[in-house]
Amino acid sequence: MTVIETLQTYWQAYLYNDGSQMSGLAMTLWLLVLSLAIGFAMALVLATARVSQYKALSIPVRLYSYVFRGTPLYVQLLLIYSGIYGITFVQKTELLGMFFCNGFNCAVLAFALNTCAYTTEIFVGAIRNIPYGEVEAARAFGMSWFTLYRRIILPSALRRALPMYSNEVILMLHATSIAFAATVPDLLKVARDVNAATYQPFTAFGIAAVLYLVVSFVLVYLFRIAERKWLAFQAPAGR
Amino acid sequence: MFYGYGGVLLTGVWQTIQLALLSLLVAVVIGLAGASAKLSRSTPLRLVATAYTTLIRGVPDLVLMLLIFYSIQIGLNQVTDALHWDQIDINPFLAGVLTIGFIYGAYFTETFRGAFISVPRGQLEAGHAFGMTGGQVFRRILFPQMMRFALPGLANNWQVILKATALVSIIGLSDLVKAATDAGKGTFNMFYFMLWLGAIYLVLTSLSNLVLNKLNKRYAVGVRGAQL
Repeated sequence: MTVIETLQTYWQAYLYNDGSQMSGLAMTLWLLVLSLAIGFAMALVLATARVSQYKALSIPVRLYSYVFRGTPLYVQLLLIYSGIYGITFVQKTELLGMFFCNGFNCAVLAFALNTCAYTTEIFVGAIRNIPYGEVEAARAFGMSWFTLYRRIILPSALRRALPMYSNEVILMLHATSIAFAATVPDLLKVARDVNAATYQPFTAFGIAAVLYLVVSFVLVYLFRIAERKWLAFQAPAGR
Repeated sequence: MFYGYGGVLLTGVWQTIQLALLSLLVAVVIGLAGASAKLSRSTPLRLVATAYTTLIRGVPDLVLMLLIFYSIQIGLNQVTDALHWDQIDINPFLAGVLTIGFIYGAYFTETFRGAFISVPRGQLEAGHAFGMTGGQVFRRILFPQMMRFALPGLANNWQVILKATALVSIIGLSDLVKAATDAGKGTFNMFYFMLWLGAIYLVLTSLSNLVLNKLNKRYAVGVRGAQL
C-alpha cells in the first residue's frame, strides 16, 4: 500500500470519524478543549488559594500540584482508568461506576487534573510578578478582595501568563496522544489501528505526526496573534 | 507489602533509572552537537539543526517513539532482506534509549543554544587571545559558565525525560510501569499498585530535585545575587 492508498482508505478515520464514532483529529481536539477548559477554570481558583496567606488554603494546593507535576501523566491515567474502576466500592456505586468505566471520562479527568496542576503554577508565577504598587493602589481605593482580583490582579496576571500558557497548551496537545491507553479513539489510536492493518508503521504514524505538527503550528500562530493583542503594552516603545 | 512482587518492582525501578540516565546522556550529546550546529557559520548545518528541533518539538513524543521504534526495525529488515542476510533483531532497550535520546536531544539543543549565547563573547575572545586552543576555550571558559545558564533548563528537561520513560512500556520495554501493571493484574489489585507506582515516581523526581539543587549551587559559585 502506498501512502496515497492509505490516505484514501483511512482519511476519514484520521480526521473525524472511524465509521461508528468520532475519532482521530476531531477526538484529539475535543479531548484537548475539554481538559484545557476544566483545567483553566480550576487553576484560576487554585492559584488564588495558593498565593493566599492562609496556610490552610495554600498548603493543600501546593501538595496537589507537587504530586501531579512529580508523576507521569501516563501513570495518573492508569491509576484513574485501570485503578479506580477496580475498586469494588466504585463498581457497586452506580454513578461512580458509570463514570469510571468510560475511558473518555477517565482521560478527560486525568488530563484536566494534570494540566490544572501546571497551569496553577503558571498563574501563581504571574500573580506574584504583579508590581506591588498596583495592588497597594487598589487597596488604597478600598477595593474588596474579590474586586481586587477581578479588576487588577487577574486581568494583568493572565496576560503575563500568556507565553507560558501557550507552551502548556502545546504540551497538552501532545499529552492527549496517551488517551489510547483508556481506549479513546484519538489520532494516535487511529494511527495504531492503521499500522496494525497495513504493517506500515512509517506511513501510519507519519500521517499522525504531520497532523499533530500542523495543529501545533496553528496553535503557536494563534497564540502569537493573541500575544500581540494582549501583551501590546510590553512591546518595545516606538513601534 | 508487595504480595511477592517487591523484586519485580525493584528490577523495574532499576530499569527505569538506567533508561532515563542513558537517554539523558544521548540527549545531552545530541543537544551539544545541535546547539553548536545552530550557532555555526555553515548554512546547511544551521538548516538541518533548525529542521530537527522544529519537527521534533512539534510532534508528541509518544508518536515519535512509535514511529522511530517500529520504523527502525522494519527498515533494517528491508536492508537485510535485500542483502539476503538473516534478520537482525534490534535490542529493544537500546532502541528505546536511542529513540528517547533523539527526541529529547531537540529540547536540549534549544536549552544549550540559549546558554551558549548567554556567555559574553569577550570572555571567549580573551581566551583565544591567551593562546588557548578551541578545545581549551570550550573546556575552561565556555562550558563552566554555560552550565550556569543551562542548569534550570536541564533540570526541567531531566524531569521530563524521567517522566517520559513511563511511556516505554507501550513500545514493549519492561520498565517500572510494566512491572507495576503486571503486579496489579496478578493480584487483582490494580489501584494499590498504581498508587505505589505514582509514589515511586514521586520519590525519583524529588530525589533528582535535591541533586539538581546541589548542582545549581555548585555552578553558581561566584555569582552575586541581590538581597531581597
